Formats: sequence, structure tokens, C-alpha cells
Amino acid sequence: MGVGIAVLNLNAWYGANHTLQDINLNIPANHVTALIGPSGCGKSTFVRCLNRMHETNPIARVTGTVRIGDLDIYRDCKPVQIRRRVGMVFQRPNPFPTMSIYDNVCAGLKLNGYTNRRALDEIVERSLKASALWDEVKDDLKKKSGASLSGGQQQRLCIARALAVDPEVLLMDEPASALDPVSTAKIEDLIFELKSQYTIVIVTHNMQQAARVAEKTGFFLNGRMVEFDSTHKIFTNPSDKRTEDYITGRFG
Amino acid sequence: MSEIRISQAQIQSDSDMAGGESGAQTAEHEVSAVRKFLMARGNSAIADRVFHGLMVLCALSIFLIVALILWLLIARSQLSWHTFGLKFFYRSFANPETGQSMYWDPVNDRFSAVPFVYGTLVTSFLALLFAVPLAVGVAVFLTEMCPRWLRGPLAFLTELLAAIPSVIYGLWAIFVLVPLLREHVNPVLIGALGWTGLFDNQNPTGLGFFASGVILAIMILPIVSSLTREVMTAVPHSQREAVLALGATRWEMIRMGVLRNARIGIVGAIILGLGRALGETMAVTMVIGNTAEVHRSLLANGSSMAAVIANEFTEAVSDMHLSALIEIGLALFIVTVIVNAFAQLMVWAVTRGTPSQVR
Repeated sequence: MGVGIAVLNLNAWYGANHTLQDINLNIPANHVTALIGPSGCGKSTFVRCLNRMHETNPIARVTGTVRIGDLDIYRDCKPVQIRRRVGMVFQRPNPFPTMSIYDNVCAGLKLNGYTNRRALDEIVERSLKASALWDEVKDDLKKKSGASLSGGQQQRLCIARALAVDPEVLLMDEPASALDPVSTAKIEDLIFELKSQYTIVIVTHNMQQAARVAEKTGFFLNGRMVEFDSTHKIFTNPSDKRTEDYITGRFG
Repeated sequence: MSEIRISQAQIQSDSDMAGGESGAQTAEHEVSAVRKFLMARGNSAIADRVFHGLMVLCALSIFLIVALILWLLIARSQLSWHTFGLKFFYRSFANPETGQSMYWDPVNDRFSAVPFVYGTLVTSFLALLFAVPLAVGVAVFLTEMCPRWLRGPLAFLTELLAAIPSVIYGLWAIFVLVPLLREHVNPVLIGALGWTGLFDNQNPTGLGFFASGVILAIMILPIVSSLTREVMTAVPHSQREAVLALGATRWEMIRMGVLRNARIGIVGAIILGLGRALGETMAVTMVIGNTAEVHRSLLANGSSMAAVIANEFTEAVSDMHLSALIEIGLALFIVTVIVNAFAQLMVWAVTRGTPSQVR
């Protein structure tokens, strides 16, 4: 089951660049939350703060509080610990090219020393089924490289890899922006299926995508969160003028 | 020429359309000096062809040089090849006086390359054994852990090691490394590992295979570490992020996200280092001891293929002696060319990106 995320006064910097300013929001458990906004508005930085990937860049800095479930991730634990509980899917599919499909899926478990072979078989099957890839790859799990798949399949493989460690939260940073419409539709269906088990935060450039998959939507602009509400409200009756301008295509 | 005429006609008709009735007249008047000059030029076909030919010649000269070297080596080693055949590379002789087996007998014109092939293999293997972990460690530190301000100077220093002439390494080895090994390292090795037979105390000089291996390791360190660094840098950042996002520690990220993806290239870098170690002459000649013997002990004196050529070329009075040396040279040439070609292919495979497969 997923857990909720509470963000309090989150600020982030890249060098001297203040990319996130005073973000406050509550992301509900077992829902899909979409983050929209023009390029460079800080939405990607925001999700990267949720699993402390932001600080892997040596010039990056963060202040504020992020609570995932009961855990204050910047005070109660090390980055590696929170990343084991929060799965992440990146914009460009990044399977491990030197590993088979099977090894790609269980990379996170093997990395952490989980070696029960029978359990691994089950987890691989379950994760690939959950990411709707099982039927396409079940015959060459150990024969084919993760990089031999098509772009859309690779992205679903990356989702399976994130799901295999049974995370509480799944972060998706524009997961479909490098994919064709058919693959995008598959990923969106998948997100819809997955929300019963995981809390999902998805960054997207595509407003229709946000409207299709998310119950909650946050609008970011210039490092600030302008509005956060139910998706329906954001797209039909936004309270802020800037949100309205953005979703009606007047800028961005 | 015909193209130029067409463009001239084009210009005329263009100005006709633009300038109306006066167009044809003004066009005749307004042929500028620059245009006249350009139209007067030929198509420069001959100059172009000469230039093309010259460049092809430059490119071919490289093949020509290699072919000439190969031809010389083959032609001049015929005598030894016909006399000893393939046995040159595995047979020993009995000493006519003592009956002991020996390999290199210039007095009686009997030669075998065994001790030199053995010496080359042993010293190169030792060099890889010492250099590879160190070089990969340097590369990992420089690409993944080094603070930015230290990265430049440290990389520069490692590259600088490659620029030192090998005779300087040899000198340093004779005056610093060999005494150090003799006084402090060898006694420990003999004490701790003497039972393996690889370390005995028959040789009091400190010269030999082990000293050669150590100096070779230092010499190939820069090439192996800089190539390893290159292939590690070629691994996309997204691979590192993918591993980090799974909750990897820094070491796990390097192992799974970087080294795993770069390993073909790293193997290539190692083999390129091997190529350098196989052919390295001066420093090895200065510290290997130069005896045509095969010993199990790494602390014993020996010789290598390159060392024997450098040492004996000027003293080789008989045709057979010279021919045997050249045959050793030919063997060394072929082996290093193959090793280097193989290594380059492996480095390219990573830095240029090949179709991925499960390895």
C-alpha cells in the first residue's frame, strides 16, 4: 500500500539558482498526482527532492521537510534508505544494457543482496505483469538484453524494475515524453492500474495526460507552486489566473 | 566550363526580368571585375587531382612503412627460420661440454627464443597484475569521487607519467626501485611465499623478473588508467541515476552502473597496456638481468624478447645470430600488432556504442 507525502517549506537550489521556493503540499496516498507547468518551472526538481536524487548533483542544495508516511526523509534516514522505498521512472528509458530483461527487473533486489531465487522468479513475473510487459517478453527473459526492446517496452521494463522493490511511492518524471502515442496510452493505462497499490506522482508536459490519469494536479510556475487541487477543478475552474492562462494555452 | 556558362546565362536572364528593357544593356556593362576574374578561372581539375594524389600518398605511406618493416623482418629472419623452424619457440639444446640444457648459444650458433618469450610473458603478466587494480582505482576515483578542483591536476599527473622517457624509468629502477626491492621487499616475499617456489634467494642483485614487472606496471599505469577513465566517462549519466534511484550506495552505483557498462572497454584498456608492456625495451633491459635462462623464481634474472634484441644486436657477428634476433623481432611485431588491434576494437566498442547484448 502507498503512503501519503507531506511537503513543508521546501526550497531547492542549483548553485545560485533558486529553483524551488516555499513549496507546501500534501500528496494523498494511493492516488495519482500530476505536476504540470512549463519547462524549467521546477516540477522535475520537486520530484527529485522526494527521493533525494536532487542532491546527487554536487551543486544542489535543499531545505525544508518532506515526510513520506511517518518518515522525515531529510532527517530520519540516509538517501539510500529512502530510495529503496521510493521507486523512480525517468524521462528517457534507462534499462541496463548489459543485463538480461530478468536481471534488469531484479536489479534493485540483487543490489541489496536479496538472493532467494524462487522468490525472485515470482517477483520478476509479478512486476512484469504489473507493468503489462510479461506477455511480450516472457519467452526470452534471460536471453534478451534490456536494451534490445523497443522504447515503449524499455520504459515499461523500467517501471517493472521500480515496482520489483515493492515501493510505497512511485515517482515518474515525464515517463511518456520520449514515447509514441500507442506506448504512451499503454503507460497511462498502467498508471491507472497501479494507483490502487502505490502513491504515484507524475510530472508531465502533456495536459491531456494529466487530465486523463490524475486525481490531483499541481501547477508549477517559476519555482513556485501556483495551485494544487483536484484535477477536475484545475482544468475546469482554476482559482488562479495564471493556471487558467496555462491550461488554455495562452502561454507556456 | 559548361556549368559556368549556364550560370552566366542565368545571371543575364535574371537581370533581364528585373531590369526590363534596359536589363540586357546594363548587364553587359556591369560585369564586375570580381566576376570577370572568377569566370576566367578554370575548373582547377589538375590542381585538385594533384592534391588528392598527394594525400593518398601520405595515407599510403603508413601502410608502406609497416609493409617494409614486415618485409625486412621476414626476409632477414629466413636463415634462422629455415634452420630451427617452429622449434625455435619451444626447444632447448644440450650444452656440448656440461650436458645441461641451454637455449642461447652464440658460440655454436644454436638459438631458441624460449627464455625471451618466457621473460616477456612473465614480466608483462606481473605488470598487469600490479597495474590493473591501481589503474582502475585511479580511474574510479577520478571520474566518480574526486573533488572537481583535484581532478585536473591528478589526471594531468597520471598522464605525465606516460611522457617520461623509458630510459629514465630504467635509471630510477636501478638506483631506487631495485635497492628498495632487494633490501625490503624481496626478503619478505621469500619469507612469506618462498614455499611456492616463485620466490627464492638465489639472486642477490635484486634485478630480475619481479623488478621488471614492477617498473613495467608503473609505465603502463597511465595508459590503462586514462583509457579506463575515458570509457567510464562514456557511460551515460542516466545509467548512474537508474542505479542510484534503486537505493544503491556509491560503491554499488559504480559497480553496477559504471564498471558493468564499461567493462568491455576496460578490458580493451588492459590489453592495450599489455601491448605496451610486451614491447617495452629500455627499462626492462636495464633491470631484468639479461641472462638467457628460464627460472621459476620471479626473483631470478632473465631476459625478454625486446631486451635481447637491444642487448645483442651490436654484438651479433654471425649471420645466424642476427637472423635469430630478427626472428624474435618478427614474433614480437606480430604479437603486439594483434594485441593492439584487438584492444582498440574493444575500446571502440564502448566509446562509440555498439548494439547492446547480454554479456
